[in-house]
Amino acid sequence: MNANFIMSHDVTTIIGLEVHVQLKTKTKLFCGCSAEFGASPNTQVCPVCLGLPGALPVMNEQAIELAICAGLAINCSIPELTKWDRKQYFYPDLPKGYQISQFDLPICADGYLEITDPANPDATRHIGIIRAHLEEDAGKSMHDEVAGKSDTRIDLNRCGTPLLEIVSQPDLRSSAEVKEYLTQLKLILTHLGISDCEMQEGSLRVDANVNLHINVDGKKVATPIVEVKNMNSFRAVERAIEFEVERQAIDWQADGLTINDKPKTTRGWDDSKERTFIQREKEESADYRYFPDPDLLPVRIPREQVEEIRKSMRELPNVTCDRLQSQHGLKQYDANVIVNQGPQLVAYFERVADVSGDAKRSSSWVQQDVMRTLKERDMVIDEFPVTSVQLGELLKLVSDAKLDNARARDVFNYLLDKESTVEEAIKSLGIEQVDSSEIDTLCQELLDANPNVVDDVRGGKVQAVGSLIGQAKKKNPNANPQQVRETLLRLIGE
Amino acid sequence: MLDSASELIKLQESGDITAAQIVQKAISNIESSDETINAFTHVDAERALDIAKKIDTRRAAGQPLGPLAGVPIAVKDNLCSADMPTTCSSRMLENFRPPYDATVVTKLREADAIIIGKTNLDEFAMGASTETSYFGTTRNPWDTTRTPGGSSGGSAAAVAAGYVPMSLGSDTGGSIRQPAAFCGITGLKPTYGRVSRYGLIAFASSLDQVGPMAWSAADVALLLQATAGFEPRDSTSLNQSVPNYSEILTTSDLRGIKIGVLGESSLSGQLDPAIRKAVDDASEVFRSCGAEMVEINLPHSEYWVPTYYVIAPCEASSNLSRYEGAHYGHRTDSIDRTSEHGPLVSAYCRSRDEGFGAEVKRRIMVGTYGLSEGYADKFYNQALKVRRLIKNDFDAAYSQCDLMLGPVTPTSAFLIGEKTDDPIQMYLCDLFTVGANLAGLPAISLPAGLDDNGLPVGIQLQAPALEESRLLFAAGAFQSTTHHHQQRPRPIA
Repeated sequence: MNANFIMSHDVTTIIGLEVHVQLKTKTKLFCGCSAEFGASPNTQVCPVCLGLPGALPVMNEQAIELAICAGLAINCSIPELTKWDRKQYFYPDLPKGYQISQFDLPICADGYLEITDPANPDATRHIGIIRAHLEEDAGKSMHDEVAGKSDTRIDLNRCGTPLLEIVSQPDLRSSAEVKEYLTQLKLILTHLGISDCEMQEGSLRVDANVNLHINVDGKKVATPIVEVKNMNSFRAVERAIEFEVERQAIDWQADGLTINDKPKTTRGWDDSKERTFIQREKEESADYRYFPDPDLLPVRIPREQVEEIRKSMRELPNVTCDRLQSQHGLKQYDANVIVNQGPQLVAYFERVADVSGDAKRSSSWVQQDVMRTLKERDMVIDEFPVTSVQLGELLKLVSDAKLDNARARDVFNYLLDKESTVEEAIKSLGIEQVDSSEIDTLCQELLDANPNVVDDVRGGKVQAVGSLIGQAKKKNPNANPQQVRETLLRLIGE
Repeated sequence: MLDSASELIKLQESGDITAAQIVQKAISNIESSDETINAFTHVDAERALDIAKKIDTRRAAGQPLGPLAGVPIAVKDNLCSADMPTTCSSRMLENFRPPYDATVVTKLREADAIIIGKTNLDEFAMGASTETSYFGTTRNPWDTTRTPGGSSGGSAAAVAAGYVPMSLGSDTGGSIRQPAAFCGITGLKPTYGRVSRYGLIAFASSLDQVGPMAWSAADVALLLQATAGFEPRDSTSLNQSVPNYSEILTTSDLRGIKIGVLGESSLSGQLDPAIRKAVDDASEVFRSCGAEMVEINLPHSEYWVPTYYVIAPCEASSNLSRYEGAHYGHRTDSIDRTSEHGPLVSAYCRSRDEGFGAEVKRRIMVGTYGLSEGYADKFYNQALKVRRLIKNDFDAAYSQCDLMLGPVTPTSAFLIGEKTDDPIQMYLCDLFTVGANLAGLPAISLPAGLDDNGLPVGIQLQAPALEESRLLFAAGAFQSTTHHHQQRPRPIA
């Protein structure tokens, strides 16, 4: 219905994102409590994060470092002076009655992210980032409405965990661009060890500000801005935005209200109904009464610290991706797959490639055998039983034609379950190099026993040798199928 | 007998008295007259006696003891103590027991001091007379129709009434020095950051400081020694070593010291003649000790009180947001479930309405207004700028002198009820004291004689940052030359 409207009008979708990521610090932002996800309710709390009378916050240096690292990765400037402010509002999961955040001097300012243009894979889009600031998270309210009794339980474990709020410019133009931006951001932040970015666990949260610019007789008309919240996956973000675009188009056709007629409203995303619903009409904008937190000193960030962090930062994923292509000759697709698995897998791959001297074979083994096993066994690469050096040595044997792929896989599987060297594994599996004269004899016997195959091949059905290769493997499991095939064809041709 | 901690320490060391005897005496004094004075919100006689006996046993066994071993002490009830209620003299925290000790309380325990109980204060330390306490006003031991000052009125009265030789107070705009002056004792507000605020229930975080109160500068030094120092849990605490404060209390020779006296200013007009005379007399004493008296100016002093009464309520409005009945403290039992704002907001509003007294509400409202959008620049941010100018005044003044001498209060102790209907008059009690808080500097209030009504009059010495030693040095000289600090009220009938 509105696809028609949108197609027939000159409509631009304007989207800006506020992304909250939980920083991977050991402890909370202002106290020593663990910031680990998933503990029993209210077990990771202390007087400070509970906001008990008399308790005072002490800044977590690691959070500052991670925020600087994130800021540098998204091309922000890091001001020399940053400070903490209190943002006041009442809610039961905010025990102090204010959140310690940053108001006018955020730790990161004025950055950008280059993303691939979903409409044109060869082009990039420049997405501005207004700021990224640190703040403490609130607790979690669990609203439970059973048997007509409304009951809210509060878990304050999350209270005080460090968040970095990354605010983009309204530079995004489609749900596809939003997805690309989020994917890119997540990749960078996980790659640098800044955040787990798990939307399901709430370590990455997205609020989207959406409206439309409609060209009416050459004049730009902006629809009222809507902030969409409560999206718990990238897919949900995409759908919510798509829904909003349509809804706003319908509303505008019906009521003609513009940004000047209606203040910003907040809508939630209902994943099961696949629609947004009104949460809050901001008739009067909330007054958070920000002021500098007198319990915390302003933070001076020495330039040397920023430079040190810059130097110690891991290679950014797009750089790694380029390097895997230029240095190891991978295709962009393969490089992307490996990089998307994180820096540990990249390091693993690179070592395999170096030891084997065969980057392409390494890439395919890492993407197939290694990644599949990781998934099956639900483990991370650092726990993987086959070391990069072992796999490298194994693949070198394959490249040097000392081992066929099938036998190599046998060795790989052996190494997955037994602690052993590659050499020992080969020995245990009874794998031996087979002499070419032995292969010749074996092949001749097979040809003699199967004259029909010889006829078929001579008649042009080369694939007929396949059945003989299988038989050869049965008679001598160490026979290299490639070599058997070549020998069979040679003997038939003689 | 309970008027000198230093003396009590010596008497225990010489075996002339035991900690148990001291505590028993303190408790019997409290029992005999605190119904009238109401210095305490909570007394734990049994526990105090227990601790005293243990100290005696350890002493008998020759074990090492802390520097305040066996000294009974009273702690203002806005300092958290895990074994006693901590109420801030508010209905809001009437039944609140913190799960932890304030750092200063821990330090007192480590020094083997015996915490007898918690002392009354103006609700959340907001007041200058201890009249805003939910638990009733404290009376001045010198004249029970008068206030002991505030907000540390209970701590001042507990010393003046002879219950304990020393107490801890807190000073946000004069809350140690003014009650010390009204009760004829010595009280010191340390440099901001000298003493950890961890566990001090915040009124105005950028101004609050914990400090010692006792009859003499010597005892004040002893208590400051035990409580001062850097603490990593308080980000605003200063990472500076603590000098030996007692070492410098041994001379009355002030040669080479320049003491600044404020020239005529808008503040002087407010001064009661008896206080003016006390300052002039003190000036003579210091001169006789060899100090050079110089006139100095603090050009922005007329803005102290207005600046303070913007910044303090703004911070307070934020600090007191946590008291909403959801997690601890007073919760209403009459939530309006039909309220147009919903039951949650109703619970908040009613809990706060019932839990807070009028003065606290007044300051929360003033502070909320001062921070609100569109007004913050006119009030809070403007006040911060003026605060900077006020600090600069002090810096400039201390380039011309080492210490400053002046009054603590415009008048001596006023009658109970005299100013309760006029908050502005009450706020003007802080006229001479808030400067030190705004600038974060140390200041001491010293007994300087009695007025015509037989009420104590105080003088104030102020010093540059971290120069508590200098304050105590001059205070020691003053007290070794005069006997004002040895005057005592008549026993309470």
